[in-house]
Parts: sequence; C-alpha cells; structure tokens
Amino acid sequence: MARSLAIAELIQQIPSLRAGDDLLLNGTLFTARDAAHKRLAQLIADKQPLPLQLANTAIYYCGPAPARPGDAVGPCGPTTSARMDPYTPLLLSQGVRITIGKGKRSAAITDACRTYQALYCVATGGVAALLSRKVTRSEIVAFADLGPEAIWRFEVADFPVTVALDSQGNNVFELSTNR
Amino acid sequence: MRIIPAATITETIARLCQQANYFLPFDVEDALIEASQKEGSPRAREILTQISGNANVARERSIALCQDTGIAEIFVNLGQEVHIDGEILQDAVNKGVARGYAMGYLRTSIVADPLDRVNTNDNTPAQLTLVIVPGDRIEITVLPKGGGTENASALRMFPPSAGWPGIVEFVLETVREKGINACPPLVVGVGIGGSFSAVGKLAKLALLRPVGSVPAAGAYAARERELLDAINALGIGPMGLGGRTTALAVHIEHAPCHIACLPVAIAMNCHSMRRMTETI
Repeated sequence: MARSLAIAELIQQIPSLRAGDDLLLNGTLFTARDAAHKRLAQLIADKQPLPLQLANTAIYYCGPAPARPGDAVGPCGPTTSARMDPYTPLLLSQGVRITIGKGKRSAAITDACRTYQALYCVATGGVAALLSRKVTRSEIVAFADLGPEAIWRFEVADFPVTVALDSQGNNVFELSTNR
Repeated sequence: MRIIPAATITETIARLCQQANYFLPFDVEDALIEASQKEGSPRAREILTQISGNANVARERSIALCQDTGIAEIFVNLGQEVHIDGEILQDAVNKGVARGYAMGYLRTSIVADPLDRVNTNDNTPAQLTLVIVPGDRIEITVLPKGGGTENASALRMFPPSAGWPGIVEFVLETVREKGINACPPLVVGVGIGGSFSAVGKLAKLALLRPVGSVPAAGAYAARERELLDAINALGIGPMGLGGRTTALAVHIEHAPCHIACLPVAIAMNCHSMRRMTETI
C-alpha cells in the first residue's frame, strides 16, 4: 500500500526507506532534464550563482508538454534517468536529496545515493496525462529559453513513485529481476 | 490524374499529429487489457491499470498520452495518378507537423543541429518516408516516436551464417540491455534484410502493423511468436519492475538483401504505440 507523505518528511525518512517502497509525494518538485543539467553543471563548475537552491530538493526528470488553457500543467511523465547520470553525483553533492525518473541507472548512482544519503525514485513512464492530474500548480523558474527543457516548479499532490535506489545500496531492478 | 492541393495534405497531417498523440489505438488497448489479465505480479497489474487509465484521461481531455510527443515519423503512400498542387510535399508535411504540434499543445522535441542542440520550437523537420503506389489517393500515417525508444533501438550487420539464431540473440540482448528505458511493455519492430539504410526503415514499418495481426509470410508468424515468448520469459515486466508482460508484440518485416549480408534492425517502441492513418 502506497504511503502519502510530504517531501520534507520524505527527506527525513531517507535512511529508513527501502527500494520497492511505494510512495505518494506531496510538495515541490523541480523539473530538469538533459539541457538543464548541462547548464547547472556548468554554473557549478564556474562557481556562478544558481537560479534555484538545490539544498533539500527533489529533482524530477521531466520535460512537460504545453498545458491547455485552464490546466495546472501539461502532460508530464518521467524521462530516462540514465542520461542524467554524468551530472547526478555533482547535484547530490550540492544538496539534492531525491531524483525521480524512469529506468535503471549506472552503478555510480547507487554509490552516490549511499554517499549523499539520497533516494532515486521511479514513476511510471508513458502515463503523462494521468500524472498531470497530480500536479496542482506549475511555473517556470529558470532557463525559459530551453523551451521544454526549462526548469519548472511543480506543486504535487499524491504523486505516485516507487523507491528504486535507497540510501543503503538496494536496487529495485535487481530485486525484481532476481526473483 | 487527380489534383490534390498541398494545403489538404498540411491540414490532414496537422489533424493526424494531434489524434495520434491523444488516442491510443484500440488494438494496443486490447492487448494491454489482455496482458493485465495474465499478469501474476500485483505491481505489474497496477502499472498496466495506470496505462489504461492514462489512455482514458488523454482521450477524454484531448491531451497527449505522453509528454514525449516524439519526432514526427510520417509515412506517405502517394498514388501515382495524384498531382500535388502548390508547394512541394516536404514543405506541406512540415507545415502540417508545425501546425498540429502548436494547435494540439504537443511538445516540440527537435533540435536543429545534433551538437549545438537548439530547439526548432515547432517539432520540424519531420521524418518523411515516401512510397509511390498505384492509384489516385494519398494514404498518410503519423507515428510520433519517442526519444527513449529511439535510444533503445539498434542495428547490426550480420554475416549470413549468423542466421535466425543470431537474430534471436541480438533481439534478446537488446531488450535485456535497453528494454527498460523504452517503457515496457514494448512493441518490438524487427527489420531483416534490405541494406544498411533500408533495414531501419523496415523495422519502423513493422511498428505500423496492428498488435495481434499476423504477417503475410507464413514462416514469419512462428518467428514472431518465438521472439515474443522469449522476450516475455526474460521477466523484465512493465517498466522493468518484474512480470510476464515485457512485450505486447513482435513484428517482423523482411526484404531481399546482398549475398554477403544479413542486415538486422530493431525499432523499439513503448506501450504508447501511437499511430494514426488517414486517406485523402
């Protein structure tokens, strides 16, 4: 049975959460995908100020489709997380505590989740219309020129995810294929 | 000779781009329901239920099934008796894609240069496959193809000695290594034969066949079944979280090829097997 909890509570509970736990998230997610990661990494390397505070944030790998007038957000499912792997240890070192996407990641991310006491969660890919109903508010917070790759702030209510990598090195994909 | 205005092609493609992104084809929906009934894993069943629920939300609200509304793969079967009046076909097609994506609240996912990576902001250019056919009609199919599934696709030039066993191993290896990132349950299009450039197209054409349909060449029906059973025995399951349903279908298209070659391509598609066809 999925547990509903606020992002702040989730961050406090990271040490006790395990791969395979089903969660319903409430609070703020920041979207970022390929181009936004590249820019954030460059700003960090150049010691430039960032357009958002990364400490204790949850990053959602997503480039939403445009919203119809009156909708809180457009269709917004997860994209493949592995493409963000080269940037993830750096972002976790800057305080990001949760990443959300879809699919397996490299061994370096398992290690980084242990090192930085972070979680990687997966949402169901390809159900973007359904997930858009779990977002109550959205706005662009940075890199608007990147179009669909801009960074958005999403306020979510009971957004369904499963813990894929926990802070102890467990991996849901190994659990599910080693049955 | 029949004269068809280029503007008619543009309007048709604009409409198809929207419909293809909002409506999951019935054959795919039926296959998902059937798969759900056979699933033993509660998590797998839950994911399949989400996918069916998503199709309902997208259809009712006319919003995209997936935020990745794809690169627009356009297949045009152009009757030889047709004269297109106005701009050239490629321009009419691209105009239709740009209009459909803007009007339909669909994401623009194309960058102009593969290394500079600046978004064209209208999802053009489209990928156009043109075939001249007998008659005075134009049949147009739009297949929005997601980036995750493109990255999970593969092409290999085998020696003829590799034969069918080599192909089976290649398909299973590709699904095992890349399948999870293509949002299973998958539809797997396999192209065999042709040439290096033709075989990728064959694999894409294989995706156009309805799920549950049987290929024209009898021997290939058994081969498709063999591959589907082998893929589903991998246990990857919906979204890679375990289960019996790793693929809904495997479709093979084949073509004559060189005596030295056995080209094989795998066009991976996700459960959101979007495609829509209209005839002018």
